[in-house]
Amino acid sequence: MQHPIIEIQHVNKSFIQRGGSDFTALQNVSLSIQKGEFVSLLGPSGCGKSTLLNLVAGLEKADAGSVTVGGKTVTGPGPDRVVVFQEHALFPWLTVLDNVAFGLKQKGVGKAERESIAREQIKAVHLTKFADRYPHELSGGMKQRAAIARALAMDPEILLMDEPFSALDEQTRLILHRDLEEIWMQTGKTILFVTHNIREAVTLSDRVVVMSTRPGEIKKEFMIQATRPRDKADSNLYHMENQIMQSLADELEKVVKEEMGDEYSLQEKRLSDPAADHVGSGI
Amino acid sequence: MLEATLQSLKRLLIAFAIAITVGTTLGFLFARSRFLDDTLGFLVIALQTIPSIAWLPFAIIWFGLTDTSVIFITTLGATWTMAVAARTGIKNIPPIYLKAAQTMGTGMGWRMFSQVMIPAAFPHLITGLRTAWAFAWRALVAGELIAKGVGLGQILQDGRNLGDTSLMLCIVIIIAVLGTVSDHFCFKRMEDKILVRYGLK
Ligand SMILES: Nc1ncnc2c1ncn2[C@@H]1O[C@H](COP(=O)(O)OP(=O)(O)OP(=O)(O)O)[C@@H](O)[C@H]1O
Ligand SMILES: [Mg+2]
Repeated sequence: MQHPIIEIQHVNKSFIQRGGSDFTALQNVSLSIQKGEFVSLLGPSGCGKSTLLNLVAGLEKADAGSVTVGGKTVTGPGPDRVVVFQEHALFPWLTVLDNVAFGLKQKGVGKAERESIAREQIKAVHLTKFADRYPHELSGGMKQRAAIARALAMDPEILLMDEPFSALDEQTRLILHRDLEEIWMQTGKTILFVTHNIREAVTLSDRVVVMSTRPGEIKKEFMIQATRPRDKADSNLYHMENQIMQSLADELEKVVKEEMGDEYSLQEKRLSDPAADHVGSGI
Repeated sequence: MLEATLQSLKRLLIAFAIAITVGTTLGFLFARSRFLDDTLGFLVIALQTIPSIAWLPFAIIWFGLTDTSVIFITTLGATWTMAVAARTGIKNIPPIYLKAAQTMGTGMGWRMFSQVMIPAAFPHLITGLRTAWAFAWRALVAGELIAKGVGLGQILQDGRNLGDTSLMLCIVIIIAVLGTVSDHFCFKRMEDKILVRYGLK
């Protein structure tokens, strides 16, 4: 096997809470990702998915352990790893074109060249007609497309995506899944994708990493072996979805117990029946 | 009279330019440095409450009854307001913009400041600009009433010496019109345009 492009080894990360006490967000997390792989991080809210992604992005620093990308220790953000956030984070004072060209400008690429690269990327996400619009003039789905184009324009080796589609409606999300898969197959980028939607994780990824909470740890990994481009009706996917749901059920109970306390017993029966209509929905 | 108006505007613009540069820089420092904010931040708020004409006696001792004195107090009149507005504006920038910019390689230095922080804080900054402009006007006329030279304030004072109330009224009207027109056609326009572009309106 070749050397992994992202290597996370025995990472711990805690935050100081407002009261002054420590909160362990990640404990002894190790994860290797191969070049070109599409990996999803799945887990209940607060289990440290974003924290792990931010460590790779260089936006946070680990307390212990190491994070290396392409063999080099991560010390800060770099243009080889671009993040697409849940809230698009496009700059409202720039047009779509200027937003997409922003990263290239920082790299020192000349105006004509960066605009032509930006236009290419905008075309790839089907936004050509909207290149001169400002972000607030776009729909939620278009904003996310623009954010993806902005990331791709930098031509990073790694795309880090933190719940990029979770604020979108179901229809738009399905379309963007297809587009993202297409982009991924064409460019061969390595993608680390955070989500709390099981179906989304299963449909898109080669591998789904399930995390558990308090403290945040890696619980289990699932390889998704299904043909590409993925077919929603594939029974393999459905089967994987159920398996992952099962593995997450205990985690869910843990979270619910903590949040609801005594009232929890009322809910117990419903939650322990994972095969019901929970499948595929968000956690 | 035209000469006087132009002279007044020249002083105003010089003072205003200094005030927004210094004010924005101060505001930026306060927003980024917890230490500075804790130590000097309240001082700026205190300074903001002092009518800038109160500094005129100091200015006269330091610079005499000159243009410099007038520019000095006009600058003081606008700087603190601008600093407070800039501080608020920069503190309120959604952190996600800064994160996104960092992953695209702006670093945390000048490029972040000029290409992300300033534009992101612009809706606040422009409100600061408008208030600073109004404060600067007031300080300017007050200063000119006392200092020597050619300007609207000085003509007002001449009018008093001659007992010519119609001249004085005329000057007051000029001041009001200039203030309103510049605010309306320059700052208000700019504000409206920015708010529309940012999708805030
Ligand atoms: N800057 C911070 N300061 C203090 N605590 C933090 C900070 N960032 C994250 N945490 C805590 O660390 C834990 C993990 O946070 P993280 O954002 O990684 O969760 P997540 O898995 O992404 O959750 P979600 O699905 O809700 O986005 C949470 O309990 C959160 O409260
Ligand atoms: Mg998160």
